[in-house]
Amino acid sequence: MPRTLLLNANSGVVPAVTRIVVGPFNRVEGDLEVRLDVDGDRVREAWVVSPLYRGFEQMLLGKAPLDALVIAPRICGICSVSQSMAAAYALAQAQGLQMPRNGQRATNLILACENLADHLTHFYLFFMPDFARPVYADQSWYAGVVERFRAGTGSALREVLPGRAQLLHLMGLMAGKWPHSLSLQPGGSTRAVQPQERIRLGMILAGVRQLLERTTFGDRLETIAGLDSAAALAVWRDAAPPDSSDFRRFLHLADALDLTTLGRGVDRFMSVGSYPLDGRRCFARGLWWNGLQPLDLAGITEDLSHSWMFGGVEPQHPSAGNTVPVAEKPGAYTWCKAPRLRGEAVEVGALARQLVDGQPLMRALVAASGGNVANRVIARLIEAARILVEMESWVRALRPGEPFCDHAVIPDEAQGVGLVEAARGSLGHWLRIRNGRILNYQIIAPTTWNFSPRDHQGLPGPLEQALVGAPVRPGERTPVAVQHIVRSFDPCMVCTVH
Amino acid sequence: MTGRARVLWLQSGGCGGCTMSLLCAQSPSLPDALEAASVELVWHPALSEASGDEVVDLLGAMERGDVALDILCVEGALLRGPNGTGRFHLFAGTDRPMTDWVKALAARAGCVVAVGSCAAFGGISAGGQNPADACGLQFDGVHAGGLLGAHFRATAGLPVVNIAGCPTHPNWVIETLAALAARALTAADLDPCQRPRMFYDHLVHHGCPRNEFYEYKASAVKPSDLGCLMEHLGCLGTQAHADCNTRLWNGEGSCTRGGYACINCTAPEFEDPGHAFQQTPNIAGIPIGLPTDMPKAWFVALASLSKAATPERLRRNAVADHLVVPPGVRNPHRR
Repeated sequence: MPRTLLLNANSGVVPAVTRIVVGPFNRVEGDLEVRLDVDGDRVREAWVVSPLYRGFEQMLLGKAPLDALVIAPRICGICSVSQSMAAAYALAQAQGLQMPRNGQRATNLILACENLADHLTHFYLFFMPDFARPVYADQSWYAGVVERFRAGTGSALREVLPGRAQLLHLMGLMAGKWPHSLSLQPGGSTRAVQPQERIRLGMILAGVRQLLERTTFGDRLETIAGLDSAAALAVWRDAAPPDSSDFRRFLHLADALDLTTLGRGVDRFMSVGSYPLDGRRCFARGLWWNGLQPLDLAGITEDLSHSWMFGGVEPQHPSAGNTVPVAEKPGAYTWCKAPRLRGEAVEVGALARQLVDGQPLMRALVAASGGNVANRVIARLIEAARILVEMESWVRALRPGEPFCDHAVIPDEAQGVGLVEAARGSLGHWLRIRNGRILNYQIIAPTTWNFSPRDHQGLPGPLEQALVGAPVRPGERTPVAVQHIVRSFDPCMVCTVH
Repeated sequence: MTGRARVLWLQSGGCGGCTMSLLCAQSPSLPDALEAASVELVWHPALSEASGDEVVDLLGAMERGDVALDILCVEGALLRGPNGTGRFHLFAGTDRPMTDWVKALAARAGCVVAVGSCAAFGGISAGGQNPADACGLQFDGVHAGGLLGAHFRATAGLPVVNIAGCPTHPNWVIETLAALAARALTAADLDPCQRPRMFYDHLVHHGCPRNEFYEYKASAVKPSDLGCLMEHLGCLGTQAHADCNTRLWNGEGSCTRGGYACINCTAPEFEDPGHAFQQTPNIAGIPIGLPTDMPKAWFVALASLSKAATPERLRRNAVADHLVVPPGVRNPHRR
């Protein structure tokens, strides 16, 4: 953020505006700072700062191409498999490799396991505890929410953490461990599932289904995944008391606090699609912008105008991009680059995926109120139900004895793109190989999209726009509404800058 | 310290994966495990309610010594760049380098714990040309020093305790904290890399289900093969200090059980092995990195002998992704 702005804000020209700096922003993955201009009781303008730079794109240069499978997942402890998968897809394209059907199902299961675990982590550990803050003590629902969701002590934590750990036994079996596995390879999975293990996987998922149906939803997963309109959601919500499930608890809370009016984003949603299977994607690829459009990957650029990055004025397509940090740069305020699609900021995440895929409830809710705190969270829970149902079908379709991995040499000169949906949105790896070594490696992560800074046109990123108008209570230094909005995106800051 | 040990957890230049792994704790799960270990998380970036100004106030009070800090856990490498300023990681909301915060708080802490290989040695964050000038708390790769210097001792007398690994196993973290809270860990319990010997005086090779293949040098040649991963696919399990194959990860896993090489992630400078991770460098067919404590001549002799004696079952299963030749069933009445 330019220092001159700060001076203007303090110089008395616009005395009603105060500047607050919010951070450290915990219960997001990684470190985050948000700077706000507050005009009376509303946020007038926001700047999102990613304060950590490690330089993975620089580290990868000159490495053997397959080393990306070791290095890339370590960008992030919560999207580790998503990073592995993107690297594996990029290498597979460079090698001209196709995964065998078992390999597709195995890698989909591993990715889905991470996405589902991340959705649970977000809802129970990161997002809900903010409603147990003392600022809500005068609300009728407060005591119940404190008992259920307060950070560190809530009863939900003691039910869901063991369930999440059991879900991740799938990783122990299929990927060796989580995070940071090397089982995901360009040609499939290193871990062929044996007959008795297929049965074991079914048991693991059955345990997770029981947890979700008993605790999270209070209903069959198929019923949740099949909710198809705002009216159907309202009928379902009212069919049982609020404390019969955590989803119902949230829906009542969302109504009481009017969370549909909070954090309205750019209402342009992108998904690169996920879970390829037999020539199609289980979650479709596309752009939702006043209706469904095809996604033009050539229209992706990264703008460096407000990032502490060396680079030209013209935004570059990631296949031609580079990453050279600079310590000082006028106008820059973050290590995050600004990805844009056809020059526009777009939102990515579970809501984008479900919209693009045509999930009818999410299409109806967004038609009514756009992208906002409530709809982002509802989409994540609907998706959690859908994912587990899909996972069960993939386990049944595994064929022990048939191949799980195909093989090919790495060409000396090649390029590849790996696109995958992490829990929190679209992740892309752009790889170029020369003389058998990595010549260039560019990564755009989900939160790079969502938490990007302004671009050369001065256009703010999606969160920066979503924060405008957020209410600020008297005396708040870390406004609770801002916290809800920020966390509704399920940000991952370590991926953002990498 | 009296009562439960007060733990502050900071995330520096890392991926947060050691925390994500910690959440996988079982028997008991994390909240109960922490209680059983007699520690209290005063603040943890992924688990605590406090945000923003509440945290800055708390850290300030700890820095001044107004609030007791029994154990400081740091996850992630310390980023000294660019040009020694530490500005590659300004702790959000404070405009102050994380390296500065860590130095100030480490001076007040009863014990300082590096969680993960990044905080211990620099780890993957120091990979390649080390663009962020990353180092560990008390090591810079294999060299003693790091952010706090080789002579640093926390107020209770120990140097930094390095729970190495990428990521760490949840039990390593919880049980180390339990030992520290009980004052049951001494300098003699740490190995030369300052890792608690109770976890790191084992080798990943111990308990590896591929050991029968190893004995006969029946080796995997491509990913997903069942054979031993040492000869061709880069496995360092015979050299790596950790109990991964006897403790197991996420209920039933380990790297070698997952079908891929152990990359020795508990060791300093594992991030730059000097060769491709998934390929074993060799001279005339003999791997350059030999099993720990094994004389080279003996390895060569034993390897050629065992190769000559490899049973057909192992020879064929080693290069398949599922059992193609089951173990024979012996008739107990035949001799």
